[in-house]
Amino acid sequence: MSQSMRRFLSRRDFLRAGAAGAAGLAGAALLSQPSIARPLAQGPGSGHTGHSPYAMEHGAAGMVGEVDNVRNGFDPMQMLVDWDYGQVSILPNGQTLREYTIVAVDKDIEIAPGVFFPAWTYNGRVPGPTIRCTEGDHIRIKFVNASVHPHTLHFHGVHPFEMDGVPGAGPGEIATGQTFTYEFDAEPFGCHLYHCHANPLKRHIHKGLYGAFIVDPKAGRPPAREFVMVMNAFDTNFDGENEVYAVNTVGHVYARRPIPAQVGELIRLYLINIVEFDPINSFHLHAEFFDYYDHGTTLEPTLRTVDTIIQAQAQRGILEFRYRWPGQYMYHAHISEFAELGWMGNFNIVQPEDFPAALAQVGMDETWDRRSTQGATVPWRVEAGS
Amino acid sequence: MSTKTQVELSKRVSGAGWLLVLAPLLLLGIILALIVTTGGGLRELAGPPVEKLTVQRVILPEPGMIQIEVINDGPQPVTVAQVQVDDAYWSFTAEPSTTLPRLGRSTFTIPYPWVAEEAHVVRLVSGLGATFDAEIAVAVESPRPSASLFLRFALVGLYVGIVPVMLGMLWYPFMRRLSNAAMNFVLSLTVGLLIFLAVSTWLDATEFAAELPAFWQGVPMVLFVSLISLGTLLALSSRRGERTPLQVSYLIALGIGLHNLGEGLAIGAAFSLGEAALGSFLVLGFTLHNITEGVAIAAPVVRVSPGLKHFVALAVLAGGPAIVGTLLGGYAFDPVLATVFLAIGIGAIVQVIWEVGKMVIRDNARAGRPAVNWISLSGVVAGVAIMYFTAFLVKF
Ligand SMILES: [Cu+2]
Repeated sequence: MSQSMRRFLSRRDFLRAGAAGAAGLAGAALLSQPSIARPLAQGPGSGHTGHSPYAMEHGAAGMVGEVDNVRNGFDPMQMLVDWDYGQVSILPNGQTLREYTIVAVDKDIEIAPGVFFPAWTYNGRVPGPTIRCTEGDHIRIKFVNASVHPHTLHFHGVHPFEMDGVPGAGPGEIATGQTFTYEFDAEPFGCHLYHCHANPLKRHIHKGLYGAFIVDPKAGRPPAREFVMVMNAFDTNFDGENEVYAVNTVGHVYARRPIPAQVGELIRLYLINIVEFDPINSFHLHAEFFDYYDHGTTLEPTLRTVDTIIQAQAQRGILEFRYRWPGQYMYHAHISEFAELGWMGNFNIVQPEDFPAALAQVGMDETWDRRSTQGATVPWRVEAGS
Repeated sequence: MSTKTQVELSKRVSGAGWLLVLAPLLLLGIILALIVTTGGGLRELAGPPVEKLTVQRVILPEPGMIQIEVINDGPQPVTVAQVQVDDAYWSFTAEPSTTLPRLGRSTFTIPYPWVAEEAHVVRLVSGLGATFDAEIAVAVESPRPSASLFLRFALVGLYVGIVPVMLGMLWYPFMRRLSNAAMNFVLSLTVGLLIFLAVSTWLDATEFAAELPAFWQGVPMVLFVSLISLGTLLALSSRRGERTPLQVSYLIALGIGLHNLGEGLAIGAAFSLGEAALGSFLVLGFTLHNITEGVAIAAPVVRVSPGLKHFVALAVLAGGPAIVGTLLGGYAFDPVLATVFLAIGIGAIVQVIWEVGKMVIRDNARAGRPAVNWISLSGVVAGVAIMYFTAFLVKF
């Protein structure tokens, strides 16, 4: 039924006649609303016609096809565990120094199979590198702006005013081709983030300039399999609403590639919400409950035995839980719209003997396993009796 | 042009002269090739990609299935990377391809559990992240072709087209008894009816046209096709001189037939939206609205007796297209063809307004009345008024 037909009919008014006259309603009428396109140097890949439903119980729901991680230059599976410890050295005062270089670059990235987004990135990836350190470490980040727009690095942490990375503080916005070194001590411990704070802020954030900043407590945390999950979203047609929601950028990626973990082991998620345009985001875990550490700035949970939490933009926290039985357990934003638009994934919980197979199924190996279980910058805190 | 000059002209152009015709075309080809390969200094003008898709048709062939037919009427190829239904990504297949070249068409099939009598939105997400929406205002299973549905469609077309035209023609014996002045009134009334039909057909055609993919240039197309249709019919009549009354009747039947085709298309399409949409009340409304069409067709032949055979043929010509239109609208609606047919109809109707108008004027002259007089004017006004007020039955 074309729009012209619908218009024609509405003038003839069959539709309303039918709806008003008979008990039944009229029929399928439609409007087609083409939206404007936007610049993109790179064309989309070839078409996809294969089905890849994300879960049997959802029938044919989900996205079609696969994202080319090689072309993107990053793999969301690796992003779960690729902690960036920086160049480590010891300062004369005995303090640990971690040096980083972060380069802002404009880059088209594939955020859903076949859907490209003209992102602004830190180091060519969204989210940017996961900076991981110990509380009290000295952090020195050389920021190079290779983008055509001015940008900054704004850390959620404690630092002097001129290191705040906002217009008017210190160097303010770093212009194209300029460099600035941000420097501060990492505190407090917790699950934090950094992002660009150039104006207009909304655009600089939703274009992809953000990343995780994890500060381990000196006391250490209990041994666990750890993952970082940055909840983000993309407004592909620039209408002020997101078309694709995700964790670590690619929609439904962990539904297509379930994250492997073992029965009984402690799983720790560093969860950060950076979604633009929507006031809140949420996380819901299936078939288990978790303890929650708001902002990760405490060693004791701030919320115990819950299976759903909400986060406003830039809010974050640590989740800890164990699965009792093997299975493919779902987790997603319990904002169904976000879940169905990409923010939904699965854990593949298996017995230890089945773990290598689960790893291989998603193309991961022992290195990935080691990173996920030995990621902390301080020794695990092993409590008596555990 | 005389035969002599024609010969001279062809003599001059023959031989090497043809190269002169080709030279500008060759140069054009070279310039195009230069622009395509080197950019021709226009690189700076190259803007961002523009993606445009127009949804042609949404079909709900069965529960749990949505099909949408899409045409790319933008300047460059568009790839549909993902499909959302009601803000949820959904699996889909595309025939023949997810990539639509310029002017290319594809049908997307989405196994989505749509809910009867509720609204849905299908959103196509392009490779560049642009979105194109197809709104399903009220979901109703699209009718599947079956013998009984085919018969019902045909029956509706019969009630809307042939029945009213034949009923209208039954006034023929009455009209034959009318005085000259009264018959002048009836012919003027016919002109009024036709004026109403011309206006309403024009509005229908331009509404279709406005929604066609941009490259069709819908509204100009309606105008040009109407003018060509009118011009062709006028040229045919001037070659044969004065028309016989029966010829005028046939022309009126043709114009009305094309108009009824459009009405049938609308009814058939409404049918395919859900049978509840089309009450018998509405069909009766059209029967009543169209009854005067029979009068219009019979009026020119009041003073000749064409015989039953011609009356049947006229009724079929004028009313039959309603049946064809209903079937087409229900099963295979094509907005471009619909627009073209309606535009032809406009030309045909305007031409018969001209023909019947001449009859009225001649009649007035014979009776010594001015061309525009109160009888004729009130006839025209009555014709328009009848159509206008009976249209109340089919517009809500
Ligand atoms: Cu920025």
